Amino acid sequence: MTTEYKKPLPYIHAETRAYWEGAKAHELLLRKCRACGRYHFYPRDFCPSCFSFDVEWVKASGRGTVYSVTVCHRPAEGFGKDVPYNIVLVELEEGVRMMSTVVECANDDVLIGMAVEVVYDDVTPEVTLPKFRPVRKTN
Amino acid sequence: MGVLTRKAAIVGVSESDLGYTPDKTSLQLIAQATNRALDDAGLKKSDIDGFFSAGWITMESIMVAEYLGIQPAYSDNTLPGGSAFEFHVEHAVAAISAGLCETALICYAETPLSDRKRRMGRSFTTGAPQEPEEQFEIPYGQWVPVPTYALAAQRHMYQYGTTSAQLAEIAVAARKWASLNPLAAMRDPLSIEDVLASPMMSTPLRLRDCCLVNDGGGAVIVTTAERAVNLGKKPVWILGCGESHTHRSITGMPDLTVTPAKFSGQRAFSMAGLSPSDIDVLELYDSFTITVLLQLEDLGFCPKGEGGRFVEGQRLAPGGLQPANTGGGGLSCLHTGMFGIFLLIEAARQLRGECGDRQVREAKTALCNGIGGSLASSGTVILGVD
Repeated sequence: MTTEYKKPLPYIHAETRAYWEGAKAHELLLRKCRACGRYHFYPRDFCPSCFSFDVEWVKASGRGTVYSVTVCHRPAEGFGKDVPYNIVLVELEEGVRMMSTVVECANDDVLIGMAVEVVYDDVTPEVTLPKFRPVRKTN
Repeated sequence: MGVLTRKAAIVGVSESDLGYTPDKTSLQLIAQATNRALDDAGLKKSDIDGFFSAGWITMESIMVAEYLGIQPAYSDNTLPGGSAFEFHVEHAVAAISAGLCETALICYAETPLSDRKRRMGRSFTTGAPQEPEEQFEIPYGQWVPVPTYALAAQRHMYQYGTTSAQLAEIAVAARKWASLNPLAAMRDPLSIEDVLASPMMSTPLRLRDCCLVNDGGGAVIVTTAERAVNLGKKPVWILGCGESHTHRSITGMPDLTVTPAKFSGQRAFSMAGLSPSDIDVLELYDSFTITVLLQLEDLGFCPKGEGGRFVEGQRLAPGGLQPANTGGGGLSCLHTGMFGIFLLIEAARQLRGECGDRQVREAKTALCNGIGGSLASSGTVILGVD
């Protein structure tokens, strides 16, 4: 599996290690400010709103809606075989946005406003990418 | 009038050779554009004491100054992307007003088309570990710039019902202007249907929603009001400027339908004491059709969400009610990577009445707006002639 994956991987460093460790454990961790209560994304050691350095890691619900979507017909490096593929900005329930991709759904069916939930793609033994799928109605 | 209004003027402009220049480096093009702009101004290189440049090579600015043989008293290499040169105008006027320099050269060139063919590679570097985009966007297949602008276009369509045909109006208008410009790369007729039939790049943006890729450079010379009135050509007064940036990564853009032109424009209009209805010629950064539409709204030429209807009926085209991108813009004239300097060159020529077949009648005021990065930075410059 490690030798198969040819796409760009994140360079993980101290400030964001907990996020990626969380993903590996199939949890979506966000930074939340203890001083003003706001969440932010991408994770930082401080709150970009009030600049407090008193921030904690909080497990996100993993649910959100598609804020915008584009279907790429020209690939990024490493994505040639995936064309066309979708890129989305997901607005999480906690109020922050993150980039991802919607899986288990045809590209044309990925729509703005669609409810999605996180799934985890263990692309290498070290790296798991949080992705999203449409929320299915339970009977 | 604002503190910087009419304190300085653009007195010389020129582009270098444009299009495809496989036998020239970007440095050669900068020297060529600078030489022509000095001729245009009736000034000598020794008059330059303020130096403004932007480029992707490490410490490019001081390299360019060495190459040109300039030792400036004031130097600025602000690099917020394609809007750099609108930022530079504001900084130049501020420096001139403060007496830190008297005559500023703003210069730039890139050769992405030739670099691709001669396998030089661009000096553009990304991928430093600390870049959040590398960590949180690139692993999902994001690349800059088409998908990032496409995400903004999609959101605008969703919120306001903007259509692909409305975006195509912008590309068609640019092509009509280009057909009147001998320097433009793409001069053949283009219809809305042609735009809608061009290959899909990243939904909803098609090939003809996207700017060209060419080689080229430009130079702009700014000097004091006292000096400007004693030179050969009509001074192009700098009436108002503004600059802003709101994010770097598209994930960090606060609202995908609002660019920082909202903030740079407000300050520029306020400084100039003008409003959008006072502007005769618009030169808006057109990396993509959506870029133009968002700027029209954010600069106040139409309300937010109305951009699609505003551009219908070829309003931006020759003979339209709101002439815009009168050289053909990045969509049909040329785009070298950072288009902002060409906005200033075209605006100055329009205000001097030098544009021949594409001259906008009785043009007295112009607004240039540069956009850089993924709709990240905006620099507004309002110009006028007596």
